Amino acid sequence: MTEVVATNQTIVVVGGGISGMTAALEAAECGKQVILIEKNPSLGGRVSQLYKYFPKLCFPTCGLEINLRRIKANPNISLLTLAEVTAVSGQAGDYSLTVKIAPRYINSNCTACGACADAVESTFPNEFNYNLNQRKGAYLPFNMAYPQRFVIDPRMIGTADADKAKAACKFEAIDLDMQPEELKLKAGAIIWATGWQPYDANKIQPYGYDRFANVITSVELERMMDPQGPTGGKLVRPSDGKEAKDIAFIQCAGSRDRNYLKHCSRICCMASLKQSTYPREKFGAEGKSTIYYIDIRAIDRFEDFYQKVQADTTVNFIKSKVASITLDKATQNPILNGNDLEKSGTGKDMRYSNAHDLVVLAVGMQPSVDFKAMNLGLSVNDEGFIELDPANGGQFAAGCASDALDVNRAVQNATASALRAIQVINQVANAEG
Amino acid sequence: MSSVNTAMVEKYRNNFLKEVSDNVEEGEWVRMCMQCGVCSGSCPLGPHWEHPPQELFMMIRANKREEVLSSTSMWMCTSCYNCMVRCPRELPITHIMHGLAHYAKRLGLAPKEQPTNKFSQMFWNNLVQTGRVNELKLGLALYFMNGFSEGIKMSMKMRPIGQGMFFTGRMAPMEILGGHGVKDQKGFHAMLKKAEELEAARVGAHV
Ligand SMILES: Cc1cc2nc3c(=O)[nH]c(=O)nc-3n(C[C@H](O)[C@H](O)[C@H](O)COP(=O)(O)OP(=O)(O)OC[C@H]3O[C@@H](n4cnc5c(N)ncnc54)[C@H](O)[C@@H]3O)c2cc1C
Ligand code: SF4
Ligand code: SF4
Repeated sequence: MTEVVATNQTIVVVGGGISGMTAALEAAECGKQVILIEKNPSLGGRVSQLYKYFPKLCFPTCGLEINLRRIKANPNISLLTLAEVTAVSGQAGDYSLTVKIAPRYINSNCTACGACADAVESTFPNEFNYNLNQRKGAYLPFNMAYPQRFVIDPRMIGTADADKAKAACKFEAIDLDMQPEELKLKAGAIIWATGWQPYDANKIQPYGYDRFANVITSVELERMMDPQGPTGGKLVRPSDGKEAKDIAFIQCAGSRDRNYLKHCSRICCMASLKQSTYPREKFGAEGKSTIYYIDIRAIDRFEDFYQKVQADTTVNFIKSKVASITLDKATQNPILNGNDLEKSGTGKDMRYSNAHDLVVLAVGMQPSVDFKAMNLGLSVNDEGFIELDPANGGQFAAGCASDALDVNRAVQNATASALRAIQVINQVANAEG
Repeated sequence: MSSVNTAMVEKYRNNFLKEVSDNVEEGEWVRMCMQCGVCSGSCPLGPHWEHPPQELFMMIRANKREEVLSSTSMWMCTSCYNCMVRCPRELPITHIMHGLAHYAKRLGLAPKEQPTNKFSQMFWNNLVQTGRVNELKLGLALYFMNGFSEGIKMSMKMRPIGQGMFFTGRMAPMEILGGHGVKDQKGFHAMLKKAEELEAARVGAHV
């Protein structure tokens, strides 16, 4: 059984991405008791799936490592993985939570030696790589996973492979009889840091993500660039494995559009500007990027980054929301069709039909949790994000649960939420004397 | 130019956007356009017209009144609705196109030789006579729209279809003598006159 101590002076943080880790650390380093609840087998969230990080173009692994070290070193944080909050009742200073924990089938004896993974043959789509490749049924989600502990895929339970994994483990870490658990927790304050998910590109019919292999999403491109990713870091086309030297980026794919997401997802302009450096990184001057945009929203200090990319001769900007994508069957090149607005009013033909090796849809951000359906008593806006509202009592949003944010802003927002939660706990403590 | 046109110029002076907003069907939506270009890129008539929708909307804002109202562009719209389903701001683009054409026509600024405009007028003239469309006369008028020799050529080309319609009872040759009509033609004409008055009063209210 999972044992955690929780009182009405405990802060529960839901979601262990960069925002949840930050909120948990800020509160714990101020001496508060924190329970950090993550649905996945590892902390890290979506930042751990990025190749490089704008604006500095460093690798996110380093920031992740610093945070993981702080968490390891802090006795005030209890971590629950494979755990989800399913119900909340009560009010500020006195909440009761129901938490469901899925079995990992591997206990804390695990040394991450990997013998179980070697022993099994069954494979499953690798969710960490947005299902672009397969992983074993016994696996470590990614190299930097925390806790450093393997997982057995529940779909493998009851098969001969599961027994093989168990037999291969020298540390008696595998327990195939582990059962799902339900915990009841007390909390004084709750921080929702459940983050975002990419908008479903299949819904954007004119772009044919569901029909054309060489139309991918921005999150998939991040995985393809990673040396640990599905292509081993090679920038190649899904259709034929050919090097993708000429890449088109389509901005606002699913954002700022009343047919899809109404809001501006705010980070995708910067994400594409960052990704336009990838073809150059791989192929030098032969790598070409073309960004199709309505207007580029590189907010405040990111303007510098935008200017740097504009100065790069391998990057081309076309002011146009692409109308549709068709396929050149012979080459498998996607063809982008639309009108170039810079030519509007000049009397020149505005139309274009441009072929590229690969098309990247800069997909929008939407909340990963349907807060309205969960009925948590939270004020939720039309876009599904949690609003800052006194009526939320002792519940606060951190990071992308509150809005579409980049890491810098998500972390600032998480720190603010930690401070708000601390105030609630201090009131409880004062009242209890 | 019509007197309504002069009155409208007088009233709206340098604010064509407002004029469109007040007088064109669905015209109030024009201000919602964010110039993304998806409509223009989605139009199957793209290669054939001077100003695609996004450009017309920009010109409306830029006070290019004469150029917009005398343009042939909005007359080219075939109502395929491609633009409308893709517009991220949900502008009723197709309806605005027809609204603009209609408004230009009302002001007497619509390009007279534009085929859609020409045919629409022909259809109307044909219809108002008896309250029923006279297929035979309308068809002939259409064939001879571009001159006598063109008309003969067209008639020859369409002969098999005409014959087919004749034998299946879809076209009566005696229609050429006047044709069928609604029962109460007097009442029908009175109704049209009333509608015209109402329309004039409505336009007048804005002048
Ligand atoms: C293509 C792309 C590139 C980007 N590149 C950059 C960049 O270079 N620089 C930058 O600053 N930003 C970048 N971003 C933005 C960045 O990804 C986000 O700012 C960041 O992920 C926000 O972190 P978060 O913790 O709020 O959310 P997440 O990273 O989504 O973390 C949320 C966590 O909550 C967990 N969770 C979800 N639901 C539950 C639940 N019900 N119960 C428990 N746990 C749950 C999830 O498993 C996850 O671990 C990029 C975004 C995209 C789309
Ligand atoms: S950030 Fe850029 S690409 Fe993303 S929705 Fe906003 S304008 Fe579009
Ligand atoms: S698609 Fe809509 S928003 Fe875009 S240019 Fe056309 S009318 Fe304007």
